[in-house]
Amino acid sequence: MSLQMPPLRGVHDERGAKVTEFGGWEMPVEFDSIQEEHRAVRESVGKFDVSHMGEIAVSGPDARALMQRLTSNDVTALDVGDSQYATITDEDGVIIDDTVVYRLPDEGDDHVFLFIPNAGNDEAMTERWRTHRDEWGLEASVENQTHEYAMFAIQGPDARELVLDVVADPDRVSDLSRFEATYTTVEGTESESESESKCWVARTGYTGEDGLEVIAPWDDAESVWSAFDCQPCGLGARDTLRLEAGFVLAGQDFDRETNPRTPYECGIGFTVKLDTEFVGRDALERAKEEGVEEKLVGFRLVDRGIARHGYDITTTDGDVIGTVTSGTMSPTLEAAIGLGYVPVEYADAGTKIRVDVRGRPKKAKIETPPFVDTV
Amino acid sequence: MSFDTPDDRRYQESHEWALETDDGVRIGITDFAQDELGDVVFVELPDEGEDITAGESFGVVESIKAVSDLYAPVSGTVTAVNEDLFDAPELVNEDPFDEGWMLAVESDDESELEDLLTAEDYEEQVA
Repeated sequence: MSLQMPPLRGVHDERGAKVTEFGGWEMPVEFDSIQEEHRAVRESVGKFDVSHMGEIAVSGPDARALMQRLTSNDVTALDVGDSQYATITDEDGVIIDDTVVYRLPDEGDDHVFLFIPNAGNDEAMTERWRTHRDEWGLEASVENQTHEYAMFAIQGPDARELVLDVVADPDRVSDLSRFEATYTTVEGTESESESESKCWVARTGYTGEDGLEVIAPWDDAESVWSAFDCQPCGLGARDTLRLEAGFVLAGQDFDRETNPRTPYECGIGFTVKLDTEFVGRDALERAKEEGVEEKLVGFRLVDRGIARHGYDITTTDGDVIGTVTSGTMSPTLEAAIGLGYVPVEYADAGTKIRVDVRGRPKKAKIETPPFVDTV
Repeated sequence: MSFDTPDDRRYQESHEWALETDDGVRIGITDFAQDELGDVVFVELPDEGEDITAGESFGVVESIKAVSDLYAPVSGTVTAVNEDLFDAPELVNEDPFDEGWMLAVESDDESELEDLLTAEDYEEQVA
């Protein structure tokens, strides 16, 4: 299978980015140095090309009903310009994907939603939405717009200021609260009148920092990307930043096939609204009543070493109790941190564990994320 | 992008270098290798007195994104370990051929060094 290219693949090449395959896309993993990029985001501002994320638009008379029945959160709570984090679960309450759902401006009397599945999941989610729509006899249009939009994340304490300088409606963007979004134009750098681009700008992101995400028309990607004059960052820094914040990564911290987990096991039970009707609701209600046996926890290594995905987590006596799902050297803390599943009796902060690093048991302690204080 | 490849030492296809010094054969990784790895954040090396075998893994170097095995260019007994790397693994990025050296070994067989790639051959490989 050939890899999908983001609209700025050539621009990233010219900037000297190293690229990697991610979710079927060829994406920049590192521009200068992961640590340097990471620090730019924690201390000032950095920009990420996240055009590999999917975009699926759902509109029509039953758009809201369809979204409500396929996502775990409550879309009726969304006013125009609001967004929410949600999971998409199967009948067993197992997470298929996590997503952000935006409510776009209405079209006549109809609600319009845009949701962002993870890279490589756009086709499967489009199919899922259409199949259920037909099965339930709902009237809604489901359009996979992944190849119509680029997506950028501008993140860090100085992100808002930087974005406000280049948007046509700085007051409107400035007024956005966390998880609010609006349409605006981003002033182009080439021919201003022609390259002004209508973008959906949201105060969201996945780095733990304040910042914005910008969904821009594919053809305007280069002028919009260039308009944000700051450190370009790759997926490498995105991974260290999200892990310091304790955010889960689809396909790594949960995976429907290889590591099926419910939102409660993942620590994102807040995305589940049991007073709504959705696929997986009944299973999740039972899971909540029964309580989870295993839980995703954070840990920090005491000994030297780095825990990596797939390494065993053991008791201090060496009995295997779990597996590392994410691990890295935290650039902010200069300490090895990670996430992994352990039985709930080992999940309390301060519990001593070991991580088997290539056959050597390394001392570690359970720690409640976020590892780094962010906004 | 061009990489430094000093011609005073020999190289291995897996991107380690070996240099004969008064303390024995010093071993490290190349400029190309450190650039490929990105920020080096951890190095695991054998202790003094342990033996390493040409072509076999003697430790690992970890960047933020990856774990990579280190392969011995020559066989021998470890006579010195660059302990500065435990506190400052970034030396591997900053100065891979000098301050970022990893081990010194007393070589069992001098011909092993001669069999490694010359700087010119190695440069061709990574070009």
